[in-house]
Amino acid sequence: MRHTISVLVENKFGVLTRVASLFSGRGYNIDTLNVGPTDDPKTSRMTIVTRGDDATLEQIVKQLEKLVNVIEVQDFRADEYIDRELVMIKVSVDSKARAEVMQITDIFRAKIVDVQPKSLTIEVTGNESKIEKFIVLMKTFGILDLTRTGKVALPRKSKD
Amino acid sequence: MAPRPPVAQLESTYMNKAIESAKKSPARKRAEVGPAMKGSEILIACLEREGVDTIFAYPGGASMEFHQALTKSTIRTVLPRHEQGGAFAAEGYARATGKAGVCMATSGPGATNLVTGIADAYMDSIPLVVVTGQVPQSMIGKGAFQETDFFGMTLPVVKHSYLVTDINEIPRVIKEAFYIAQTGRPGPVVVDVPKNIQQAQAQPVFPDEITLRGYDPNPQASDLELNEIIGLIEKSERPVLYVGGGIITGEASAELLKFAEAAQIPVTTTLMGVGAFPELHPLSLRWLGMHGTAYANWAVSGEFAPKAHPNDPPQKLAHGADLLLAFGVRFDDRVTGKVEKFCETGTIVHIDIDPSEINKNKPANLPVVSDVKYALGRLNAMIEERPIAKKFAAWHKQIAEWKAKAPLGYRVTEEVVTSQHMKDHLSGKESEVILPQMAIEMLYELTQGEAIITTGVGQHQMWAGQYYKYKFPRQFLTSAGLGAMGYGYPAALGAKVACPDRQVVDIDGDGSFLMNVQELATAHIEKIAAKALILNNQHLGMVVQWEDRFYQGNRGNTYLGDPENMKQIYPDYITMARGFNVPAERVMFKKDLRAALQRMLDSKEPYLLDVIVPYTEHVLPFVPAGKTVAEMIWKP
Repeated sequence: MRHTISVLVENKFGVLTRVASLFSGRGYNIDTLNVGPTDDPKTSRMTIVTRGDDATLEQIVKQLEKLVNVIEVQDFRADEYIDRELVMIKVSVDSKARAEVMQITDIFRAKIVDVQPKSLTIEVTGNESKIEKFIVLMKTFGILDLTRTGKVALPRKSKD
Repeated sequence: MAPRPPVAQLESTYMNKAIESAKKSPARKRAEVGPAMKGSEILIACLEREGVDTIFAYPGGASMEFHQALTKSTIRTVLPRHEQGGAFAAEGYARATGKAGVCMATSGPGATNLVTGIADAYMDSIPLVVVTGQVPQSMIGKGAFQETDFFGMTLPVVKHSYLVTDINEIPRVIKEAFYIAQTGRPGPVVVDVPKNIQQAQAQPVFPDEITLRGYDPNPQASDLELNEIIGLIEKSERPVLYVGGGIITGEASAELLKFAEAAQIPVTTTLMGVGAFPELHPLSLRWLGMHGTAYANWAVSGEFAPKAHPNDPPQKLAHGADLLLAFGVRFDDRVTGKVEKFCETGTIVHIDIDPSEINKNKPANLPVVSDVKYALGRLNAMIEERPIAKKFAAWHKQIAEWKAKAPLGYRVTEEVVTSQHMKDHLSGKESEVILPQMAIEMLYELTQGEAIITTGVGQHQMWAGQYYKYKFPRQFLTSAGLGAMGYGYPAALGAKVACPDRQVVDIDGDGSFLMNVQELATAHIEKIAAKALILNNQHLGMVVQWEDRFYQGNRGNTYLGDPENMKQIYPDYITMARGFNVPAERVMFKKDLRAALQRMLDSKEPYLLDVIVPYTEHVLPFVPAGKTVAEMIWKP
């Protein structure tokens, strides 16, 4: 089962390596990993999408919590959180396909951020299913390049 | 070097903080500002402040600054002859005292030689503070002479680690390192210090408190959970306490004894937990697992009829525990065998200070995250108020039967009599053969069970656990989780330094002992009177045992003697010891053993006793790896 885990860490030397090596050392999978600072300059938030059964997930959370530089770990259950991912896709287009791609981009409320004679670069933001659908549609035109941020997530309710 | 804020500015920030905290609690000490000194001197001053009296340190280019500072310190510097010896000695010191052991090495190869000791401390939850020199910051990442990424290299085997990048961080880092190493579930902490920081000058600000936002070392069970445990005991018919190293590191032995006696529950320990409960106590089942007592294994998982054929279905003769109180243990595979079958029919209560141990190897019916000393203390108070009515008479009767049926034992078998050992070394004097178990039993008698015992890893380690009976915690120091050969003698040195008035004996194998034989020099030069009792069978006995059981006795590099002259004992430890100026003697015959052991024990200096034993002995009982108690071989 796929899980989205949010990890609040202290901005200390080596903390990303510690988290990453915990996953590799204990044989856990990482699908995506996103790191960035929070409003507090002393902390960063990692959003990790991982896979495993319940027992594995329980271990992942506990092992993360055991790291001295990890302040808090949240394992999000479905519907408890909002998540977004930003993807940039470079799609091959000719003059005929360009209009169609722009139309789909519109439907998905995505943005064209660069136009070249033979390609369009599109920025799309959304949850997992929207992103997946968009990528599937773009595949029919030919994806030249693609980069994604990985999922970022926050709980719907505030903690206290 | 990274630019650092002027000292005055730092001081004032700190002072402000100190004033703030002083307002909150008036009794709190203020931070102390020391005179300007080198980074290396600051670090040593910090060690002194942590109460360190001994450091096991081997110098090199990137750590000699520390050694310069140590020459002006009150701390005793013990120079091991290999960094691994230093790390193991620091562990021996830590295990014998409960205080963090401290070791130090230079960058690169010095540091990498520490890694086995660090991994060992991590597996066995031993508090260790490891200081390493690192190449100057400007050289990091350049492939400098004796450079390794020690921070990166040790990540999987540390509780925490630091690469010091600012001289002003040293006091905080060292304070945190000791705090983290010694609290909660203890473990090793690495502090890597680049040479330019050691050489820089600064005025240290020694903090009096630390904040670690992501670290809560002191969980305590709720009364609700503890009441639940008492309820389960009252409902049970066959309870067993299965306790481990957590009792020893948690200093909870007295509470455990009180609890076991009050509730009348039999106690088995893990190898790490040996000494947590007095083994001569009527409630003791000794230790369990792969080479634990048959009665401890039966008490946990039930007694099964011996199988005529490996594929026969297991046939249960008697039930094991219906309630397993697993306190400060981690359901290690050497304890459980096939984990699904371990205490299959029992309710499992698991108390551990480390939440990640709960449900890791074996799901618990009642998981309790708590300091075990607190939990046992509260349980005792509750039982005192409302005593447990049950006496479990039928269960105690069953256990007494098991103890009578399958005590630990050995005998001179036909296999020994006809072995190559007899032909090579005891021809015509076969009755004088010394079995390794015999030597340990004799050592137990002669020391009245009072000695601190360390071990290497292998058969001798198991026999040292079986045939010496332990009375108190911190008496049996062994590399249990990592299983690091070569642990015994350096650990004995560390223990002897910590407890100079105690008899400390390393019960070792010839293979294990050779791995850190250079520490005989440390023992002699530093006048550390740790004794080495080598049970020399000229083989890697434990691997030989597996070869005999699973590989039709085919020898794969397990003979350690000289194949061209098998009648000779090789290597000659007596000559080696002489080279180190350590008195030594060899014993071949039973008639000489007792007097020789006594001479070893009476020696005021280090002593090596080389006892020649047959290689044919197998450690019994034996639950083969991944198997169940139904497959246990136990009859000698």
